[in-house]
Amino acid sequence: MSDSSLENLPKGWKSVPSDLGSDQTAFKGVQWGKAMMWIFLLSDTFIFSCFLISYMKGRASTVVDWPNTSHVFSLDFMGVPVPLLLIAIMTFVLITSSGTMALAVKYGYEKNRKMCGHLILATAIGGLIFVGMQAFEWSKLIHEGVRPWSNPFGAGQFGSYFFMITGFHGTHVSIGVIFLFIFARKVYRGDFDTGRRGFFTTMKSDYVSIEILGLYWHFVDLVWVFIFAFFYLW
Amino acid sequence: MSDEQDHKLEAKSDYVADASSVSSPDIDAVPAAELPDQELYHSHSWWTTYVFSQDAKYIGIQYALTAIGTGLLGLVLSWLMRIQLAFPGLGWLEPSSYYQFVTMHGMIMVVYLLTALFLGGFGNLLIPLMCGARDMAFPYVNMLSYWAFVVAVLVLLASFFVPGGPTGAGWTLYPPQAITAGTPGYNGGIILMLISLILFVAGFTMGGLNYIITVLQLRARGMTLMRMPLTIWGIFTATVLAMFAFPALLVGCLMMTLDSLLGTSFFMPAMVSLGEKLTHEGGSPILFQHLFWFFGHPEVYIVALPAFGIVSDLLSVHSRKTIFGYRMMVWAIVGIGALSFFVWAHHMYVSGMNPWFGFFFATTTLIIAVPTAIKVYNWILTLWRGNIQLSLPMLFSLGFIVTFLNGGLTGLFLGNVTVDVPLSDTYFVVAHFHMVMGIAPILVIFGAIYHWYPLITGRMMDETLGKIHFWITFLGSYAIYFPMHYQGFVGVPRRYFEIYDSPYIDTSTLLLNKFITIAVLIVGAAQLLFLYNLFASARLGKKSEKNPWKANSLEWQTPQMPPEHGNWGKELPKVYRWPYDFSVPGAKEDYIPQNQPPSEIIGAKVEKT
Repeated sequence: MSDSSLENLPKGWKSVPSDLGSDQTAFKGVQWGKAMMWIFLLSDTFIFSCFLISYMKGRASTVVDWPNTSHVFSLDFMGVPVPLLLIAIMTFVLITSSGTMALAVKYGYEKNRKMCGHLILATAIGGLIFVGMQAFEWSKLIHEGVRPWSNPFGAGQFGSYFFMITGFHGTHVSIGVIFLFIFARKVYRGDFDTGRRGFFTTMKSDYVSIEILGLYWHFVDLVWVFIFAFFYLW
Repeated sequence: MSDEQDHKLEAKSDYVADASSVSSPDIDAVPAAELPDQELYHSHSWWTTYVFSQDAKYIGIQYALTAIGTGLLGLVLSWLMRIQLAFPGLGWLEPSSYYQFVTMHGMIMVVYLLTALFLGGFGNLLIPLMCGARDMAFPYVNMLSYWAFVVAVLVLLASFFVPGGPTGAGWTLYPPQAITAGTPGYNGGIILMLISLILFVAGFTMGGLNYIITVLQLRARGMTLMRMPLTIWGIFTATVLAMFAFPALLVGCLMMTLDSLLGTSFFMPAMVSLGEKLTHEGGSPILFQHLFWFFGHPEVYIVALPAFGIVSDLLSVHSRKTIFGYRMMVWAIVGIGALSFFVWAHHMYVSGMNPWFGFFFATTTLIIAVPTAIKVYNWILTLWRGNIQLSLPMLFSLGFIVTFLNGGLTGLFLGNVTVDVPLSDTYFVVAHFHMVMGIAPILVIFGAIYHWYPLITGRMMDETLGKIHFWITFLGSYAIYFPMHYQGFVGVPRRYFEIYDSPYIDTSTLLLNKFITIAVLIVGAAQLLFLYNLFASARLGKKSEKNPWKANSLEWQTPQMPPEHGNWGKELPKVYRWPYDFSVPGAKEDYIPQNQPPSEIIGAKVEKT
């Protein structure tokens, strides 16, 4: 659909009934892959909601006290235990990578191949640093005796939920990082300018894919904000 | 709403095709194409044509055959269980085998047969054809979806061959017993079951995204949402439910896998097993029940909504009459879908949760009866004074209405906390859910297969064999499940592998068990007849005409029948009306296909849709 015909459509809330009442597409001017990613993220939201609600229920009904999180998650900095230090850095890195991702999308649509590639690479490296710090945090906790089935600080469910949920989120980040590296290569090679066909999908490459990957990346960051709030601040 | 209805009535009385619109030159105009024509994947080798096919029609058939094959195993398991129940003296089954068969039968039938067949099978086959698309939005991922399903099925079947056999925890897989010694397959079968379910969810998500997006973004010119056949509405809404319900199952399965493999205690309270205290403590078994039923109840409607949709279309086509209250039917489907997320704990009245919670869920459960009743009334009113053809699809559809009504009424009993508590875990429950989500959807599946078989093979299925199949299946299911209601009322508990002659259980139930088993075996034999018909007709069946049922929906309007790769030849269809213009006054034929331009039917008093 050309942009000019999009402009004639109703705006705001009025667009909802008019779009839904129309033929062909329900989301006007939205590429199908983008809509598909949104639906997937909605479904993924339900997965993380189930995890976090289960965690709240589990934490509320353990027989032993929950560990003191500001103690468990503190990091020694020059001999002084600083609560939330590592997590603050991790969160900062991840949120920053969201920013570089957004810029990559912008430069992608401007067909600025170089900037777009650099920024995607920066995003991927940000994600990699995040996963690395998470691995560090996991190993630190494991050294301190935290296990999925028990820990020296309190209720055994702490380790169970912590490793499961951060692990599930970390898997999301890792998958994102893999795709970011693949996309960085595709951008540098010029796939999105030449419309080169995908190796598996045989579909023509298009810069909209970067926005779709961006949606996923922002979602992963947003989920982290909730995990951060529920695990580290509660 | 009332304004809209008035407007509709007005439109009905004046008819839209008045003189002015007939004479206007752009009477056949439809909105311009918003998107360029979809680029198709063309296979180059035997592997990509027949194995890793990316054609939705082909994937649909693959899904359907795999699901039916798995379902046959579920059917055989039910025969084995019934023989054990009727003749316990034979010592036919070990108690542990009985539990394993109950579990596998339940899970196979609900997830691997019904869900996969309705959404994977009929969804893939019908969504692109009925919406006027060339294929699904993302054919590659659609192909992956099918193969993930195949792997899930293989993992499930593998559990028959691991030490300890498949899990015997019941299809609900309740912890702690599912992963505690004493339950068959507690350390092998259950893991494979959970992994298989996780794979199924992952595979379904890939397919489900395609079904949703194809309906939302890839319709033909002129195909508005309110012109879609109800089949598509049913499959679409069910897919949306699945996308939001399966996450809970995935999370529950993942947590139980960790409980079993890593020794975490998500669901495991402190308990003593075989005289020893287990290392688990502090987990919540009820949490699993909430997760499971947050998936489990929408799952009922994931199975039921496609059946609702398909049966609406079958009834309309085979009674040559407009579906009664199309908009009402659509909103009922959507409403039932939304409500289904607020009723899950009615499966947990006896779990020990707060009684006030049960009260809330009883209320929401009974509210769901309203849109459901609307649908039943509308089906009956569709038949009212229709030109009813007693073809095979119509017979099965009629069978569905009666059976669904039956199962729905017993649902009202079980939805009320006070009535449910004494009936809980008796054969009344077994009879209820088999009627409402077993027999009723299966009857629709049969009707749908007889209806769309020519679309797939170009041949008709044998009518006589089909009628024998129908009558044995229909009457036979009543012979099986009516007595079970009675058994439930007198208190026969379910999931017992052997009912003894005890003073607490009336001896009449023992005789009934024999009767039910004989009926089961006869009905089972009739399914073999159906299978013969299904496969033999592909070669021997009578050649079908292009549109054998004179239906209006787009899948019958393809240039070739059966449709070829890409479905529509050179040009995509344009849609001018809904698929329910049957017996229109003033029209030459008693049906007007969706893609027939208004200029060709001047004088027909069609309703504006």
